[in-house]
Amino acid sequence: MIEVNQTTENNYLLITVEGEADASSSIELDKQIREAMDSDAKSILVDCTNLNYISSAGLGVFMSYIGEVNDKAITFIIFGLSEKVAKVFSILGLDQLLTIKNTKEDAQAEINGL
Amino acid sequence: MGYSFNIPCSKNKLRMMRKFVTDVLHEHHVSDIETNMMVLAVDEVCANIIIHGHPTERDDFVKININFTNDGIWFEIVDKGAAFDIMSYNEPVLDELIKNKNKGGVGIMLVKKIMDKIEFSSTSRSNTLKLYKQVTFES
Repeated sequence: MIEVNQTTENNYLLITVEGEADASSSIELDKQIREAMDSDAKSILVDCTNLNYISSAGLGVFMSYIGEVNDKAITFIIFGLSEKVAKVFSILGLDQLLTIKNTKEDAQAEINGL
Repeated sequence: MGYSFNIPCSKNKLRMMRKFVTDVLHEHHVSDIETNMMVLAVDEVCANIIIHGHPTERDDFVKININFTNDGIWFEIVDKGAAFDIMSYNEPVLDELIKNKNKGGVGIMLVKKIMDKIEFSSTSRSNTLKLYKQVTFES
């Protein structure tokens, strides 16, 4: 069970992910990120504060956009990971390949070049 | 002490399995972080079996047994679908998956990183995957 929503805030697009990103639900996460990538937004923030679980299917969604984010020079930042979800990102070193910040304020500061 | 659970072969039933494993491990005072890691490993194995091993037989079950030892936990996952030996599976390279924009392929890598022992056996009737994780039980 997952709920993914998009809103435009200030100078970025915000994607909010709630629930569990597993083999059954990650397709919804993929759909929303695809939409955001196609929207011409130069900055995309992903709020994972209420993401309680992620499996390889969810990691795979984030992984699959690493190349496109670099090619299009999009600022793509994930923030608000709980300790247990953050650990899953770090098992394979994906925390080094994606931009992950602790809080929304940290993510905003990154976009604004502070 | 042993615990057992049957999961119907459907991806949207994986949540039930995760809740079962989480509850059992919490009952034995395993920390949240370690519990999540083991739940993830079992989830990856079950998702693989459901997606790749049982293409047509929706009525089948995957059976999970959990047994505690003094210094760790054994998970036994039994199914009757097409055998998939994760021990002889050639893992993809992460950089290649990223370059090719793959959305899958890292599940088995996670299982191998998380678990301390992995054993696979298969007969004409069923496949059994055993996963062991060393655990320091909180008292």
